[in-house]
Amino acid sequence: MPIDDDELYQQRILDHYEEPFHRGACPGATHAHEGENPLCGDMVRVELSIDDDGAIRDAYFSGDGCCISQASASMLIEQINGQSVEAVKQFSAQDMLTLFEAKLTPNRQKCCLLCWRVLQSAIYSPVAVGGDHLPDAFCTRAPATAACLWPISTTRPPRSARDR
Amino acid sequence: MPLAYLDNAATTQRPRQVIQAIVDTYEKHYANVHRGIHWLSDQSTDLYEEARGKVQAFINSPSREEIIFTHGTTESINLVARSWGDANLKPGDEILLTEMEHHANIVPWQQAAARTGAVVRFLPITDDGQLALDQLENFLTPRTRLLAVTAISNVLGTINPLEQLIARAHAVGALVLVDAAQSVPHLKTDVQALNADFLVFSGHKMLGPSGVGVLFGRRELLEAMPPFLGGGSMISRVTTSGFEPAELPAKLEAGTPPIVSAIGLGAAIDYLSALGIDAIHAHEQKLSAQAHDVLSSIGGIRFLGPGPERTSGIVSFTLERVHAHDIAQLLDRQGIAVRAGHHCAMPLHKRLGINASSRASFYFYNTAAEVERLGRALEDIKRLFRRK
Repeated sequence: MPIDDDELYQQRILDHYEEPFHRGACPGATHAHEGENPLCGDMVRVELSIDDDGAIRDAYFSGDGCCISQASASMLIEQINGQSVEAVKQFSAQDMLTLFEAKLTPNRQKCCLLCWRVLQSAIYSPVAVGGDHLPDAFCTRAPATAACLWPISTTRPPRSARDR
Repeated sequence: MPLAYLDNAATTQRPRQVIQAIVDTYEKHYANVHRGIHWLSDQSTDLYEEARGKVQAFINSPSREEIIFTHGTTESINLVARSWGDANLKPGDEILLTEMEHHANIVPWQQAAARTGAVVRFLPITDDGQLALDQLENFLTPRTRLLAVTAISNVLGTINPLEQLIARAHAVGALVLVDAAQSVPHLKTDVQALNADFLVFSGHKMLGPSGVGVLFGRRELLEAMPPFLGGGSMISRVTTSGFEPAELPAKLEAGTPPIVSAIGLGAAIDYLSALGIDAIHAHEQKLSAQAHDVLSSIGGIRFLGPGPERTSGIVSFTLERVHAHDIAQLLDRQGIAVRAGHHCAMPLHKRLGINASSRASFYFYNTAAEVERLGRALEDIKRLFRRK
């Protein structure tokens, strides 16, 4: 198959990847959340400015990852910018896959749903005044090593088990 | 379109001879080893022990008893970390790793450090992906109990100067564990010439089946080490009040071992020996050099290793503006299999300032035509992402 006919890498998707909608920090963000795909390391952060009436005045995203994860983020942010929080809650994972259009294998569906997952949490995640809005702050975040340290018994076997 | 399988650093494709050895064993010679009095068990035991002898000869181990069959490189390292590590590491002791290690040669030592109070340190690498040997004296100290280092980086392809590293570690009284998963399949390995204390590798990266690996350890070290897993085979006597461990190598091979996988590994060693490991290495280096030439002519490619003269058949790279997963997916559509991601080396990727990379890794069955295909496909991918 010629590479230019690849459904997954069609012009519309590449356009979103190369010229994304609202990539960057959201001025006056009231809500923010970030997440990643542990398998491949794709990362997305969503920042929202939500007014008192529950309308999303401004939505922005930032991140790093494959074409699918970043293009889908651009599509989703464009879709919900200016909509109500209620509409975001109604927007299902299936809606996201439909919005993306191109058929995806289960593995790449995770890439496509990354921003959707982050957005669904962002609407419940108000940021503290003067909070951290740096879009790339999470890129250099230390890994959660403490959580990985397995609680292991310190009981040791005898120095040499040979009793000869 | 024929598949161009360029993911040999992850695992290799086994030849008919290895598959046939597995089939023959299951059909004609299979029973449990070291247990039965019956004929089949003798057959199985002979083949299993013959495979141990082939491994011994292949890496020039002084004796059969210093070859322990495990389930893979990961288990081999964990065995040393648990058994030798728990018995010998004390608070304040240092375990020296390098920034180019695979997670399998990092995490077991972090776990051992958490259990014993030892400290894990990392020897830095240079910007072109070699060990910073000029800093070695700052990292090898009288507190260093063990240097655990890869023979060949699974990402950079860098061939490390093991003889020098081992000599300098020994000079401060430290032992050395060599992670040889990427080197035994491609480079002549001689544990006596190296003077290695421990050397570990896997069967599946050298045409053998998955599920079998090897731990070589110097006899005096293995004899002093407490058993790792307890169970059948590893004992000479069990009473209700305790047990007496068996002699080497059984002491460190609890339970039914990977019998058929080990026999398959023996067949793989026969195959590699017939080809000649030096000829294999020469062919891979030719492909690596060709890949560097072909890929260099594509603008925007960044190579992660120090160049074909200092590397094995591993070529890792990034392509400007295109994420590694998109490269791998688009190459896959062209029938080319490469690895994308962090290749189980997240600290290395962080050091290089990238989140992911693409890796083409060669074996003797890869061809110059496949490297050409890789180059053409990457040019197409680059064009696809710059259509405007």
